This record gives sequence, structure tokens and C-alpha cells, in this order.
Amino acid sequence: MAERSPATRRTLWLVLSLVFAFLYIPIAVLVALSFNEGGLPTAWSGFSLKWYVSLAGNSAILSAALNTLIVALVSTAIATLLGTLLAIGVEMRRHHGKGLEALIFAPMIIPDIVLAIALLSFFSMLNLTMGLHTIILAHVVFNLAFVCSVVRARLKSFDWSIVEASTDLGASAVTTFRRVTLPVILPAVIAGALLAFTLSVDEFIIAFFTAGAGRASTTLPMQIYAMIRFGITPEINALATIVMAVSITALTLSQQLNRGMTGQ
Amino acid sequence: MAPALVWLTALMVVPCALVLALAFFRRGIYGGIEYTFTLENFGLVFDPLYAGIFLKSARIAGTATLIAVVIGYAAAYAISAAPCRLQPVLLFFAVLPFWSNYLIRTYAWIVLLNREGLITQLLRWFGYTGEPPSMLYTEGAVIAGLVYNYLPFVILACYAPLSRLNPELAEASRDLGASAITTFRRVILPLTVPGIAAGAVFVFVLSIGNFVTPALLGGGRFQMIGNLVYDQFLTANDWPFGAALAMMLIAIMLLVLMAQALAADRASGRAIEASGGADG
Repeated sequence: MAERSPATRRTLWLVLSLVFAFLYIPIAVLVALSFNEGGLPTAWSGFSLKWYVSLAGNSAILSAALNTLIVALVSTAIATLLGTLLAIGVEMRRHHGKGLEALIFAPMIIPDIVLAIALLSFFSMLNLTMGLHTIILAHVVFNLAFVCSVVRARLKSFDWSIVEASTDLGASAVTTFRRVTLPVILPAVIAGALLAFTLSVDEFIIAFFTAGAGRASTTLPMQIYAMIRFGITPEINALATIVMAVSITALTLSQQLNRGMTGQ
Repeated sequence: MAPALVWLTALMVVPCALVLALAFFRRGIYGGIEYTFTLENFGLVFDPLYAGIFLKSARIAGTATLIAVVIGYAAAYAISAAPCRLQPVLLFFAVLPFWSNYLIRTYAWIVLLNREGLITQLLRWFGYTGEPPSMLYTEGAVIAGLVYNYLPFVILACYAPLSRLNPELAEASRDLGASAITTFRRVILPLTVPGIAAGAVFVFVLSIGNFVTPALLGGGRFQMIGNLVYDQFLTANDWPFGAALAMMLIAIMLLVLMAQALAADRASGRAIEASGGADG
């Protein structure tokens, strides 16, 4: 496609510049404001880290961040284990029904609000006291589906005959998994785990509905939502910048792992 | 794989089945649930007030989808026309914002659009002295937020078929005398329909059930289906009606997915025709 006229090429670059401006200006403004002494978009009054400092002293935000970390770590651990096993199970037997595919695919496309109210109804019908544990139960649902899909993508090109060879040579199922299957899929498992972690850190609606009453189990997105509804405060800009930096780092890492893998 | 399937069944299938069942019960006088079978809740969905909210949600989601697809396709096309070694980098940066927190991306638009926000500042800087324009808490703000949040996915979905496109097809079409526009309309566009369909379905499904964007950018009284469901469960305390609304949402989603599968089927049929034609 090299023989485009200079005019066409200029138009295409213009399109790209506009789209990138649209995508990045809102975020850039937020990040810039987080370093603005005055904290308001009205005027730049000098570089300052004071909003980050005041963030560090905000106990509501700190406890919400801790809750989010607990939920994300525990749900990621469970989801990574279950999702990986599910992926291996599904890929090992080539023939499986459409129902199974739908069941695995559903958590990724079901509207958040529907899963949120479904779990709320379910938990309250069971008279379960809701808190961090119910958020974790809920987050594992979609996290395991995402881990499973990442690991399955890797297993598509997996040569199952080496598993057979390993068992034929007398290795137990556990040894085979540990020494043969796992090393091959490990990058995908880690990539899936990082994806799950990020999704869990960012997830708002399902956590909001399954957290129960009281502030004890408020997660960071719930805290951010409450702050945003209240209005613009410079602290959110700082918080937003940190949260963005964390999730973008985790996902870039996840993507690199995936790419390094397919490059091999 | 059994534990995962048990988990999905217990915490997704059963709760969703419960919501479906809930939709056929009656709301108790004091807000609880009365276990008598009724179709009232689904009747209420078609009440002009609520049907209006459905239509409005569909209109907003449809507009957002259209805009996102046009911008996203143009961006994907431009990326696929860039030098090969630049393409992965451009694509990476096009998708990067998608990986940051949804609430924060939406909040960024409050900062831009509010009365003393950046856009008002810019207008003032250009010499505008009148009242600050009210852009936040409008339908337009909601649409802008939806487009902004889901655009990266559309770019990704449209880029996939565009990058796989055989450049010889377009060349052949041009050599045979077709104009650039005809080549695009008759050769390139049909071959990239699956990407467009995937992107469009994604934006539409996520937009029509969206709760956060209308709540934050549309203001307190702005309602789409997602907000209506939220209200039934957390403020109005009419769970059966909320359940019926949620089920309608699922029904719409399934319809859209079926339409996509159909479009993809047709497109793949046409693609075979087109590539067969190029070989001969």
C-alpha cells in the first residue's frame, strides 16, 4: 500500500493525530492538574506534590486502597488457579458442547449491572452478610473467565503429544503438569493473572452491589465514585494519576508477556 | 475444570436464574417480595414512561456506536496504512487508555466539560465573555463519555481485518478501473465488516446497559436502563420490576449478538466470493 498520494498520506496522519488528541487530552489534563498547586483547572499556579501528600494522609482512601488490594489479590489467586485448570480441561478434550463455551464466555459479556443485581439478590436470599468476601466471590466469576481465555489462547498451539510422552515415560499427572505443561503456559498464566488483577482493582459496579452496607468494605473505585459525585477535588486528580499508572503498568507487563510468548 | 464450572454455576447461572424468577413475582406492599406469579413487571416495562427510557437508552447507545465506529474505523484504517514497524506502536497507544480506570476516564470529562472546566477556559482565552456554556449533564456529554471510553476497542476490532487485507485486492480493483471510493465501498468495506460488527456490538451492548456514564455525565435525574435497574434495587426497592428490566437488557443483548453472528456469516460468504474473484 505504498503508492498513496502525499495528500492521502497527510489526511491519514491528520486523522491519527486528531484521534490521539481525543484519546489523550482528557487524561493529560487530569495528570497535569494533579501537579497544579492551586488544584483548579482555572489557572496554573505552580508545580506541587501537595495533593499527593494530602492523599497519603486521607485515611478513608488508604483503607479503601487496602480493601481493593485484598480483594484483587485473593480473587486473582483463586481465579488464576481455577481459570488455568478450566482452560486445560477444555482444551484437552477437543469436543465440547456449545453450552460449555457459552458458560465460559458469559461472564465476559454479561452487563455488569445484571451480574451485580443477580449476586445481590442471591446473597441476600441466602441471608449472607456481605463484605469483602462477597466481593471476592463475585470478582472470581469474571476474573476466571478472562484468565481462562488468555491461557486457552496459548494452549491452542500446544502440542499435547508431549504430555502423552511424559505420562508414557512414567511421570505422574502432577509431575507432568509441573514439569511439562506449566512451563509452557506460565507466561500466559502470569499475563492472565495480571489482567485479572487489573480488572479487579478497577471494578466498580459489582463491588458496589456486593459490598453490603457500611463503610468497612468500601473499595477504591467505590471511594472514587463517591468523591466524583461529590464534585471535583484536587485529591481525585492525584489519586486518578496513581491508579492509572498502576493499571497501565500491570497491563503493559501482561501484554509484553503475551507478546514475548507468541514471538517465540 | 470442575471447580471453575461449579463456581460459575453457583455464582452466575443460579443468581441469574434467580433474577429471572424474581421478575415473575410481585412486589410486596412494604417493598419485599410477594411470591405470587405475575406478568405485571414485564407489562410495566412497556409502560410509556419506561418504554421511553428504553428508547432513549437505545438512541444514546446507537448514536455512541455510530460515532465510535466511524472514528474508530478511520483511525484503524490510518494505522493499517502507516509504515509496518510503526503499526504495533500506534495500536498499542490507541488501546492504552482503555486499560485505565473507567471511572477516572469518565471523571476526566467532568473536568473538561464543567462550567469552569477546560473548554470554558479555552473559550474565554479566545475572547468569549458570555455565560459559560452548559455542556456537562446533557445527552451529548453522555454520548461523548461513551464514545471516549469504548473507542479503543473499536479501533482494535477494526484494525484486525484491515491489517489482514490483501493489498492486491484493492490494486486489482483500481486496475480494473474502479474509483478509490468504489474500491473502498465494494472491496475494502465488505471484507472488514466482521471487525466493524464486533466493535459496534461491543459499544452498543456496553452502552445500553451503562450505569456509570449517565450517572456521572448525565446528572442526577438522567436515566438510562442501567440507572433504572439501579434505582429499583437500591432506592425504589422494587426488586421484581428491577429484575424484569435486567432480563429485558439481557434479551436486547442476545438479539444484538445474534444479529452480529448473522452479519459475520454473510460477510464471510462475501469474502470468499471476493477472494475467489481476485484469484480468477
